[in-house]
Amino acid sequence: MNRELPSTLADVGRIFRPEVLQSLLRRFGPLLALLLMSGALAVLSPHFLTFENILNVFRQSAINALLALGQLLVIITAGIDLSVGSVLGLCCVLVAMLLKAGVPTLGAIGATLAIGTALGMTNGLLLTKLRLPHPFIPTLGMMNVARGLALVLSGGFPISELPEDFRFWGAGTLGSIPMPVVIVLVVYALFHLFLTHTTVGRDIYAVGGNKQAALLSGIPVDQRLILVYALSGGLAALGAIVLAGRMNSGFPLAGVGAELDAIAAVIIGGASFFGGVGSVWGTLIGALIMGVLRNGLNLLDVSAYWQTTVIGVVIVIAVWVDVLRQRAVESRYRRRT
Amino acid sequence: MSSSEVLLRLEGITKTFGGIVALRDVDFEVRAGEVHALIGENGAGKSTLVKIAMGVHSADRGRLRWKGRLVSLHTPRDAHRLGIRMVPQEPTLVPQLSVGENIFLGCLPSRRALFSWIRWDELHRRARALLRELGHDLDPTRPVSELGVAEQQLVEIARALAFDAELLILDEPTSALSESETERLFQTIARLKARGLGVIYITHRMRELYQVADRVTVLRDGRRVLTTPMAEIGPEELVRAMVGRELKEYFPQREPQARGEPLLRVERLTAPGQFTDVTFSIHSGEIVGVAGLVGSGRTELVEAIFGARAYTSGTILISGRPVTIRTPADAVRQGLALVTDDRRAKGLILTASVRTNVLLSVQTRIARCGFFVNTRAERQITERLIHELRVKTPSIEHPVMLLSGGNQQKIVLARWLAVNPRIFLMDEPTQGIDVAAKAEIYELIRHLADHGAAILLVSSEWEELRHLADRILVMHRGRIVGELRREEATDDRILHLATGGGE
Repeated sequence: MNRELPSTLADVGRIFRPEVLQSLLRRFGPLLALLLMSGALAVLSPHFLTFENILNVFRQSAINALLALGQLLVIITAGIDLSVGSVLGLCCVLVAMLLKAGVPTLGAIGATLAIGTALGMTNGLLLTKLRLPHPFIPTLGMMNVARGLALVLSGGFPISELPEDFRFWGAGTLGSIPMPVVIVLVVYALFHLFLTHTTVGRDIYAVGGNKQAALLSGIPVDQRLILVYALSGGLAALGAIVLAGRMNSGFPLAGVGAELDAIAAVIIGGASFFGGVGSVWGTLIGALIMGVLRNGLNLLDVSAYWQTTVIGVVIVIAVWVDVLRQRAVESRYRRRT
Repeated sequence: MSSSEVLLRLEGITKTFGGIVALRDVDFEVRAGEVHALIGENGAGKSTLVKIAMGVHSADRGRLRWKGRLVSLHTPRDAHRLGIRMVPQEPTLVPQLSVGENIFLGCLPSRRALFSWIRWDELHRRARALLRELGHDLDPTRPVSELGVAEQQLVEIARALAFDAELLILDEPTSALSESETERLFQTIARLKARGLGVIYITHRMRELYQVADRVTVLRDGRRVLTTPMAEIGPEELVRAMVGRELKEYFPQREPQARGEPLLRVERLTAPGQFTDVTFSIHSGEIVGVAGLVGSGRTELVEAIFGARAYTSGTILISGRPVTIRTPADAVRQGLALVTDDRRAKGLILTASVRTNVLLSVQTRIARCGFFVNTRAERQITERLIHELRVKTPSIEHPVMLLSGGNQQKIVLARWLAVNPRIFLMDEPTQGIDVAAKAEIYELIRHLADHGAAILLVSSEWEELRHLADRILVMHRGRIVGELRREEATDDRILHLATGGGE
């Protein structure tokens, strides 16, 4: 930069230095992708940029966003939770059965959240206390157990016609904002504060960054792992409550394959499978990117089969871009390693 | 020697990385049958130079000659084809495969026909012959996962010979070896020399240079400071060349401390297969060394005291009171600190910032209600410690991955200083760091003891123990087999005890 330039211009110039560009890309890359996609869809379809449709995207993304948030915590610890889709299904059935049995709405909601949390905690306990080799194993087990229980308890049939005050949580609105959207925003804000401003939140990053170092620094690693799986289960239960409310039914096959969408949202949102990296903000964008993709392809009359194909490609591209970025950073510093 | 053929000559090598000059006009050569040591502080350019010789990096300016002929290397394959091989600091073998397979990996002896059917008998026969030539009787059918670091290194060297290497680069080969294993390695190197191989030897250990090297080249800040036969230079002069200034107190002398109460006492601690019946005490202000070969149970012992490993019987007392330590978190609460060996694997979150790594142990203590992060206090503590320990880092948000080994080790120490423990367990606290940082860490250890800390110092460098420790415990096969006062602790006596001679 020329020294005689006015300082504001020099500041603008600094943005184009490679290291600054890279850190901006890291933080805002997913957001940029979301905006580009939205811009393209706005041009292609007149319906895309309407208030109703945007709310629609948010509402459709809500369940995935809640599951992805739990998945994010787990992935930050370098783990994976395959059970969230099935726990969502089981909790859908459970909350509907409790309501049908005459349990008051808030009681049923509380009980369902507790059960989801307990199921998640079981994953964590199996992982840490039985010393199973990888979180893949206990959560794969739980995935099958929970789905099986959902089918056993419901006999395979949906349990419909739920009380009006319960349906509010999935189908109601606060002002003009749908309740699922309100819930997602509140929960996301809370978890953002949790991860960035509390010691327990930061322990979670440390556990994922280097488990051994975290342990030897006096961080109770097992407790933290049990906590993240419990929270993941609890968030799946919350997703179940929203879903059952919106559909006015608890059906046992709810959330089949949802764990993979949740993982996809987390990874698109910039978290790393190696652990220690990931943000609440990025995951929200990741979930919205998937929502916008589905919504936009719907508006453009692309078949649901193609939507799945496109999302598959997007996942691979998102991670590939991240790998490229990582490599660029490493080669800049290779001298020291 | 000087008459023998020059194998590799690097002329006027300059290399920059994104504006940072790593090497500036460096000349370097290795002759056949010569061990040429390459020394310098971390960041001086040693690894960049050997990476250029290996074809990993290409130089911005300068030329490479192999046996007088101009060559250009673009990949490690090019270097291998000429006969240049590197034995990396961490062995890169396939643990599930046998010694023989690892040696010939990439060109297993096979029959042309029948889908390259492997000829196991020939593979094992040739592997055994190579290992014999290096002076070792290692069974080529054993899986590499059963081998210790020293044996794995031997396999790497045999592998280089199998591929007709003429120039071998050894990158800090002794950093994970015990003294006796180091001796054997030196014998192996002597055999390589006798075969006419050239060796580039990178090290941080001054004493080794005089045992193994014929010539030495010192790099500092990317420049070649000097090249000279080892016989013509003394250790002080070498250190001065490396750091560019005098280091008066490389090994500060300590006055023995007056006895207070025993701060840490360990009674009959036992974990089957790891250590047996270990009993010792450390008083406030005392530094107790632990010597022993790799595998003698040293690391297992300190990790068990710290609650990171289980033990089956025995008692740990702090200030005379028995304590229960089941996890490292318990240990931290009791005022213990563990400076681990292998800082990259056990000590640091490499991708995280200096700040995160420094605060790992203290953050809960300074948080509001033990839960909400207190950003201002954290920033103050980090900056104070970085300043006190003279850590060289552009900012406290810099990833520790990008710091030199010495600065990384200071970060590990800073983490513990932040919680102000009374008892330090230190496992190889100066492993793989440069001379200047070593001197600073010695100073720090002494300072901690002078201010009343009890320190258990595990080290493979007996020189280090002799200079820092008030007394030295020697371990052999999980038992403490002897205790030596500083004055008594000659290499011979330690080695005698550490190899089981005292039993």
